[in-house]
Amino acid sequence: MRNTIINAIHTAAKTNKDIIFLTGDLGYSVVEQFQAELPNQIINCGIAEQNMVGVAAGLALAGKKVFVYSIVPFATMRCFEQIRVDVCYQNLDVTIIGVGGGFAYGTLGTTHFGLEDLALMRSLPNMKIIAPADPLEAAQLFDQVLNIKGPWYIRLNRGGEKVISEGALSAQIGAGSILKKGSQAIIFSIGNITEVALEAATILEKEGISAEVIHLHTLKPLDNDIIKDRARTRKAIVTLEEHTINGGLGSAISEVLAENGLAVAFHRLGVEDQYFSFIGKQDFLRSKAGLSVESVVETIKKLCQ
Amino acid sequence: MNGIRVILYKNIMTSAELALEAKKIRKTILTLISKTNSSHVGSCFSIVDILTILYHNILSISSPVDPNRDIFILSKGHAAVALYTALASRGFISPEILESYAQNGSSLAGHVVGGSAPGIEATAGSLGHGLSLLAGFALANKDNNRNFYCLLGDGECNEGSVWEAASFCNQFKLNKVTAIIDCNKQQSLGYTADIMDMRNMAERWSVFGWETIEVDGHNYDELQKALVHSHSRRDSSKPLAIIARTIKGKGVSWMEDKIDWHYKSPTAEQLQTAITEIDSI
Repeated sequence: MRNTIINAIHTAAKTNKDIIFLTGDLGYSVVEQFQAELPNQIINCGIAEQNMVGVAAGLALAGKKVFVYSIVPFATMRCFEQIRVDVCYQNLDVTIIGVGGGFAYGTLGTTHFGLEDLALMRSLPNMKIIAPADPLEAAQLFDQVLNIKGPWYIRLNRGGEKVISEGALSAQIGAGSILKKGSQAIIFSIGNITEVALEAATILEKEGISAEVIHLHTLKPLDNDIIKDRARTRKAIVTLEEHTINGGLGSAISEVLAENGLAVAFHRLGVEDQYFSFIGKQDFLRSKAGLSVESVVETIKKLCQ
Repeated sequence: MNGIRVILYKNIMTSAELALEAKKIRKTILTLISKTNSSHVGSCFSIVDILTILYHNILSISSPVDPNRDIFILSKGHAAVALYTALASRGFISPEILESYAQNGSSLAGHVVGGSAPGIEATAGSLGHGLSLLAGFALANKDNNRNFYCLLGDGECNEGSVWEAASFCNQFKLNKVTAIIDCNKQQSLGYTADIMDMRNMAERWSVFGWETIEVDGHNYDELQKALVHSHSRRDSSKPLAIIARTIKGKGVSWMEDKIDWHYKSPTAEQLQTAITEIDSI
């Protein structure tokens, strides 16, 4: 996904000289070609994310279309106030790209986990948020992002993701993508962990439970209609996100259900309110956090009993 | 120096005219702050002379929407009333809009908001943001004649992001960037030297790769010379820092160097006393 997005920006920058890509000294083996071909449109701002986002805002005030790239915590948390005041309050054409969502950098430790970004970005007026599941979806969504002005946050995984959305209709900003049909239960997921939702649904099908998987790649604006529709037509809803349980997709969907008086068997799967004292690969940490295929299967079985 | 500048210099205000304009600005600021029971009069007064000379003699701004205008960002956004009043003095903000300052529903806040009135280029109020924004502006305009100014406080230089921006401007040779540091020696709870020592300010900027000039921030001749220098250094690869030694509350003797006037608003009686003093100088 990372290469897909950076290549797409590189391509767009060839014909649109107003596109500027800022990196916080990251992107080894990903940004070199861009740098070689368009040295005036890619700027390494050094390890100084607050300044980088401020510079992005200044460039945007001067009419540029700016992309800011770093690892999730440094792209969103270190410079949160610059995103709030400089970018969102002034409603500028700046896209923040965070790589390493969830546990993608699991062995690097808690400092590099991206678990609070969606909640933070969701709290900002004017901010729009996508988290593609795979490179195909990333490309489809990014084409649209390029043509919609204002602040964006794009949450990516790390790289090398397998394509899981090829059977679905082309992803549309603001609309849930149906990745697997099902009539009894529904899994609403966001981001790369959608691969876990799909595997769980396949297992459930074999065990006689028909579970639908809808990828809500656009956290903001959220596809409220599809949530309300499924709450009325399915027996159980599970939300799945590689993110703290507080303030992300599960919270957003809870709000839609509660405010529309929609009572349905419901469970949020996300990272509980805790820090980890250990590290590990993405799959390992997902399991430890209760975000494995088995957890999803068990959760839906319980809700459907 | 391009042709437009030469013409501009012919029409600049003399020191006496600047002093007269600054008096008017100080009286308007006092009146607005007193009327609305708002704060930061001390922070405003330390920069009145700098703003007066910038808007009347230095900044090339034919109109606030001129695409080729110079850019000024007030990074110490709490001195908002000083900026609003300077913009009004230049004719960019109408007296009616100025009167709305700090009223319910007004766009003129206690900290500046980009676009809230003509001539306000960027939002500030959380300290340590302005220089980065200015750097972005300047980076986008490397190939033309525009100039870029940012006014920061010495207390504001506590913020690490200021020094990130200082490094960036040096790294990218943003020689059209001028940072003016309002060294009024005080911050929220007292003297900067006692709280987070920012002395040797020129040395700090110099170490970060900037050309530095130290001036008396209330002396128009010194300010004029330093700011005109900002126009004529296209061959330099360095950004310019003007370290302005100022007095918090400058202009009213009993407000000068008193931290109280970071917070307090003059009563009606104090307002009259202050205006009388300003008029008598």
